Amino acid sequence: MFNFFLLILIYSGIYALMALGQNIITGYGGMLSLTQAGFFAIGSYATAILTTRFGWSFWGTLPVAFLLSALFGLLIGLPTLRLKGDYLAIATLGFGEIVRNVLNNWDSLTNGPMGIQKIPMPILFGYTINPYKKYAFLIMIFIFVLIAYLLFQRLARSRMGRALTAVREDEIAAQAMGINITKYKVYAFILGASVAGIAGSLQATFTLSVTPGTYTFMVSVMVLCMVVLGGMGNFKASILGAFIIQLISYFPQLTGLSGSIPAQFQQILFGLILVVMMIWRPQGILGRETRRYGGAAGNGKGGAQ
Amino acid sequence: MLFTPVFSCYRTVQFSYEGESIVGIAEFFQHLMNGLTLGGIYALIALGYTMVYGILKFINFAHGDVLMVGAYVGLFLFDLFRGSSPLGLWTIIAFFIAMIISMAFSALLGMFIERVAYKPLRKATRLAPLLSAIGVSFILSNSAAWMFGTHSRKFNYPFDNTPLHLGDVVITPHQVLILVVSLAMMIILKLFIDRTRMGKAMRATSLDQGTAMLMGINVNRIISLTFAIGSALAAVGGILIALDFKVYATMGTMTGLKAFVAAVVGGIGNISGAMFGGILLGLLETFGVAIFGIPTGLKDTIAFGVLIIILLVKPEGLFGKVEKEKV
Repeated sequence: MFNFFLLILIYSGIYALMALGQNIITGYGGMLSLTQAGFFAIGSYATAILTTRFGWSFWGTLPVAFLLSALFGLLIGLPTLRLKGDYLAIATLGFGEIVRNVLNNWDSLTNGPMGIQKIPMPILFGYTINPYKKYAFLIMIFIFVLIAYLLFQRLARSRMGRALTAVREDEIAAQAMGINITKYKVYAFILGASVAGIAGSLQATFTLSVTPGTYTFMVSVMVLCMVVLGGMGNFKASILGAFIIQLISYFPQLTGLSGSIPAQFQQILFGLILVVMMIWRPQGILGRETRRYGGAAGNGKGGAQ
Repeated sequence: MLFTPVFSCYRTVQFSYEGESIVGIAEFFQHLMNGLTLGGIYALIALGYTMVYGILKFINFAHGDVLMVGAYVGLFLFDLFRGSSPLGLWTIIAFFIAMIISMAFSALLGMFIERVAYKPLRKATRLAPLLSAIGVSFILSNSAAWMFGTHSRKFNYPFDNTPLHLGDVVITPHQVLILVVSLAMMIILKLFIDRTRMGKAMRATSLDQGTAMLMGINVNRIISLTFAIGSALAAVGGILIALDFKVYATMGTMTGLKAFVAAVVGGIGNISGAMFGGILLGLLETFGVAIFGIPTGLKDTIAFGVLIIILLVKPEGLFGKVEKEKV
């Protein structure tokens, strides 16, 4: 039972990374991307193939997973981001399906639907981080999420964060202010893609095997749900959303009711969450993070700059 | 290397060599026939996307799942009406009755979805109805999987499906049915939109909602009607697909996506464009696999490749008009 709770926390962490990425794309940039599963898969397969075929260590594959998903983010982002938001949703959805399709059919590299097994465990300074023992792994995931959170938080307050917010609110006005909208949109997309790649890498080394069946459209919708539920434009909320959604999806197993609750229960619930949140609480549980520029009157940091 | 089949034109060459014999031409007509039937179905479904987009400017992600519901309803009703009677006139009549009831049911479902999940969001941000639609799509497909199981079902044939041989070309009666029904539906729709008062109101609403309202058009009713027509056509599409393939809970996802691609190819919001786009996509898919040697496993990627190329080269679609974004 407690062990199971640890498992939920680990998955929350992996998905929180993806949700952070989705948040910078959807919450800050206002672009509806439905392809986190695709980047997740690219990261996972990068780690799986490099460790099993070429004997790389897990740590060596991380930058590859990062760069590879970033590259694909750029490739899919450049043509589609010039277009209106709705096309982006479909094009990215299509990209996710293409990735899965290719993984399923490229037998010589990915072993097709069978997937790749026996991925080695990560070793850090001679200590093996064993996914079966969970604690060490949980700490590792926690560190990754923390780093990603801090980086994104800083980023959101930088010039880029402000530019993205402006683009989301009004593209034409932003453009008139001299913001290169395509550039910032592509940046956001690449960032979101690359953390999803890292999350995929971690997932591969946690489950020690990868199969194309893991990376369905369902994953992208779950990640989207996390961001919407927590609150778009708020990184803390994305992490909270990841935890709540993971808790919901493992709820039947956690309470031992998996026999009496139909398997589709969680997915129906995710759908309901999206609809209900949009109608009654579009800002999510925590709401958007607002930032006062130049320091507020009471915080002693001084006035406007 | 690993992807040689995708890029090689080996089979194209072979095909043109065969061209000197009659087999090549027969093969060509065979693929043409298969492509047209597939394309007819895509066109029917694409119409729903394009009509809703034309009026509300958003992609109804749940459209594909309405198609799935329509196929299930058609399947159950047909089995109910048919009972154990042998193939004959009655089974054909029963098939059409089942189809009409399924159309009505899907139309109601489409109107209901619009009323509950999209109407409250009409003044919200652009993102809100899209997210809501994804939610609806998820609810529909998973509820179906829960209620009807995850296994796929076969749609019983309403009539003898022994292939007809026209020379060397093999045509199944189903293909004839699909072609006739989809063509008839498209003509009826085109006449409805071009010739009737309601159709005129729909066109007006899609041009400018505010002005349409000022002219005394009940915009809410027109939007409901749009969803009803789109969903009814999706139900027909679903049943026609079910005749050739199977019925299962997630059948709408891929088909819906491809139909959407068809709508974009033809220029989203443009009704004739959607019909043309659907047929073009069907032909591309069939010929892509049969002649250009794209592996069947990657068949689904053709549509998305087409989508990305169209978006890059001519984002307004083949027949769409360029819209300037205004402040």
